Amino acid sequence: MTTSFVHPYLPNSAPEVRAEMLAAVGAESVEEFYADIPAALRLTGDLDLPEPLVAEADLSRHVRGILGKNRTRLSFLGAGTYHHHVPAVVDEVIGRSEFLTAYAGEPYEDHGRFQALFEYASLLAELLEVEVVNVPTYDSLQATATALSMAVRATGRTRILVVSDVRADVLSKVEDFIRPYATLEHVPTVDGIADVGAVTARLGDDVAAVWVSTPSATGAVETAMTQLAEATHAVGGLLVAQTDPIGLGVLAPPAAQGADITCGDIQSLGIHAWFGGGHAGFVGVADDPRLVMEMPHRLFGLASTSVEGEYGFGDVAWDRTAFAHREEGKEWVGTAAALWGIAAGVYLALMGPQGMVELGETLLARTAYARRVLTALPGVSEADGAVHLREFVLHLPRPAAEVVEELRAKEIEPGVVLGERELLVCVTEMTTKDHIDLLARELSAVLGTDTRTPVLEEVAR
Amino acid sequence: MSLPIATKPALRRFHQARWDEPIVFELDAPGERGVLPPQVEPGVREVVGDVLADLPGSLRRPSAPALPRIGQARVLRHYLRLSQENLGADLNVDVGQGTCTMKYAPKVNDQLVADPGLRDVHPLQGEESVQGALEILWRTEQALKAISGMDRVSLHSTGGSSAIWTNVAMIRAYHASRGEAEQRDEVITTIFSHPSNAAAAAVAGYKVITIHPDADGYPDLDALRAALSERTAAIMVTNPEDTGIYNPRIVEWVEAAHAVGALASYDQANANGILGITRARDAGFDVCHFNLHKTFGTPHGSGGPGAGANGVAEHMAPFLPGPMAERDGDRFRLAAGGELSIGAVSAFYGVIPTIAKAYAWIAALGAPGLRAVAETAVLNNNYLMSKILAIPGASAPYATGRRRVEQVRYSWQELYEDTGITSEEIGVRAADYGTHYWTSHHPYVVPQPFTLEPTESYSRAELDEYAAILAQVAHEARTDPEMVRTAPHNQTVHHTHHDDLDDPERWAVTWRGYLCKYPDAPQHRRP
Repeated sequence: MTTSFVHPYLPNSAPEVRAEMLAAVGAESVEEFYADIPAALRLTGDLDLPEPLVAEADLSRHVRGILGKNRTRLSFLGAGTYHHHVPAVVDEVIGRSEFLTAYAGEPYEDHGRFQALFEYASLLAELLEVEVVNVPTYDSLQATATALSMAVRATGRTRILVVSDVRADVLSKVEDFIRPYATLEHVPTVDGIADVGAVTARLGDDVAAVWVSTPSATGAVETAMTQLAEATHAVGGLLVAQTDPIGLGVLAPPAAQGADITCGDIQSLGIHAWFGGGHAGFVGVADDPRLVMEMPHRLFGLASTSVEGEYGFGDVAWDRTAFAHREEGKEWVGTAAALWGIAAGVYLALMGPQGMVELGETLLARTAYARRVLTALPGVSEADGAVHLREFVLHLPRPAAEVVEELRAKEIEPGVVLGERELLVCVTEMTTKDHIDLLARELSAVLGTDTRTPVLEEVAR
Repeated sequence: MSLPIATKPALRRFHQARWDEPIVFELDAPGERGVLPPQVEPGVREVVGDVLADLPGSLRRPSAPALPRIGQARVLRHYLRLSQENLGADLNVDVGQGTCTMKYAPKVNDQLVADPGLRDVHPLQGEESVQGALEILWRTEQALKAISGMDRVSLHSTGGSSAIWTNVAMIRAYHASRGEAEQRDEVITTIFSHPSNAAAAAVAGYKVITIHPDADGYPDLDALRAALSERTAAIMVTNPEDTGIYNPRIVEWVEAAHAVGALASYDQANANGILGITRARDAGFDVCHFNLHKTFGTPHGSGGPGAGANGVAEHMAPFLPGPMAERDGDRFRLAAGGELSIGAVSAFYGVIPTIAKAYAWIAALGAPGLRAVAETAVLNNNYLMSKILAIPGASAPYATGRRRVEQVRYSWQELYEDTGITSEEIGVRAADYGTHYWTSHHPYVVPQPFTLEPTESYSRAELDEYAAILAQVAHEARTDPEMVRTAPHNQTVHHTHHDDLDDPERWAVTWRGYLCKYPDAPQHRRP
């Protein structure tokens, strides 16, 4: 052995064990195993890394010391990552070793993983009103890029109309992803939602998909989904709806209004914010082979077994995938975000129908309240009059970046700067009336306005 | 019988949990609640009125979604039972999923990363409030720069295949920036490289050329030279390959690609056996990627979240996704991607919990530890190979008499010819002894394949146990083939019929889809 380094993660690191194992395979040294690596490629000397923290206590102190520099704040930030409640049972289940450390076992020894993910897909399918949902992909960026690509492949057409205000990061990913086979055309929104007349005028028999985002990047909920679906279908195109399922306890799901492919993110459904690293994407369609066979993802299906009354599982239509046929498969499939899918399944099982209805109402009510209170401040107005869920855009009388900077000094994150005087504000069920009132008071102070308006007098009390 | 207790049999008498648990929808019990969300406060309702009544008719969902109604403890029991019916890496000698690097994911890292200071921070908070998260990103990049030798490392990719996509997207952007996007329309890979190299290249619009091995199983340099031309955008190769063979002419491969103006992309998914031994940059690669959930010891999450790290040489840095964490004195900040950046490949900055666990794993081991990881993994692999090749009917095609690096792709072809038992059937029966087993990516170039990757995490006794299980199943194939053919016998469920899974008229991808197709299907009643 060239090195001696005994470590708890390395059971065979003791020199005597190594010597015995080398002897067992008839090797003088591990160097023999590297015989195929040319000498010129061999690293001479150690990697340039800090000294190892081999004692667990030292490692903990080091990592906690770094993470301790983070601070959570009263936050009105959204724009893709949302601060929703994560029920304790969700974290308990996904923290289980059996789920946390499993990977790609077969439907026998990993029966639990197959059932949990089949159930996740099934629970989300009820919310979306579709019959097919994938084992999660990476995030809403990938889900949307894939959903639009599916439409391009299914129709054999190349034009995609973007009819909502979509998030910049999603747009960036989609643009780069579809570059070889399709083009995006933006149809400007009116009052926050799609301009059905302008969309209809741009439709033609070369349109693969109309991409609608609801809620949009500004939180606006699309009201013309049915008309968009009818117009798109009239020219043989597909309506692709990007959504966040969090509001679907009270809002009509896109598929019920004619959307052919529904896609988006499940971070809102029981997954922590993780500094933007807790995302997983879904794609949902009706049980129509024309679209199902264009999905690149794993699909877990129910199967009978040799014992009556026993639920088995397996991969549906495996031959679609790149695992089966490399570059001839649909896009690719690989390690994505299965554990977050299990989390979202547990979340929906806990919430149940009434939980999702009540949550939807709380979100709509708090959003409406925040809009009322904040736009009552002199000089503050709203960008549009659409129905909003969670997020909305304020026009401020001062540069938004300055406002954000001054409120951060008070440990408040008032929102995301969208334009010079535009601020994207987000509220969730975690944002109480008191939080919103506090934001109104502090924003008022920063803007130098008084609080003598009826709503704000109430807030001030 | 009385004490003392008799000797245990040679192999453990495993049986997987069998709870016979219904589907979650079958647990529906009207009136039960699992968790209650915060309600609308009276002060809010006073101001906004009835928001549901105010919704335009088309927006209002006419009835609540048909989710099940289940009390909290019953939801917990359901999922804990399902978890028991799942064989996580923590519970078995998980060396049977070759190419997946099923190593031990330290528990301490899970605990450290669950810190609310990481879990609950928002990606768009002011940088001054997320210095810890930015420092983790920056430190992880520095470590991976050292390990790969590359000049910059992006952590945005959300898995191994996602990282392959990022590589090919950067390659495409590089050629576009030089006005060669249309001319260079081919990507070359090898059959023993991960299939996503071929698949992601095709998604990026490239024609894919796949090189098969030479007679000894080594990547065929002559075939590569014949395939390279001014149309080649890149070679995208895994090394060591999925066979466990390190391509000794890897420098010639890279030089041949560069000679025609193509780039070289290095899939380092199998890097566990070469940490601190050899680096991507030293072989001349322009871009490379690691799978943090494989080589760097983070849990695989039943299929993710994983994370990918993309290393690039200086001339490829302008194409990296942004923003990236940078150090400015003793402060950390985010620097946006430049004009040539491929843009966003994922939401925000990557899979933070996975990245942070990988950081902690590297910090615990350092340079001597990483080298010990590689050497131990390779020793374990060659040790296990000697045990497997002692089983009648098993072989390791290619590179005969040579050592392997991180894993070996074996073959049961001889056993199959003798008994008619396939590699898949061996795998199902092996699971009866409490373990995983995997064959190979498709196509099966190696006949009746299986791929074992011991990593550094298992003791010699555990490797002996795994080899003994395969020896037992191979023995059964010869002496009691029915036992193997009718497996599983000790699992949660019995032999599963797969015919319905490929038929659009019959498949059921969700419970809703199942009840649509089979409206008369019996539904089981709780408990």
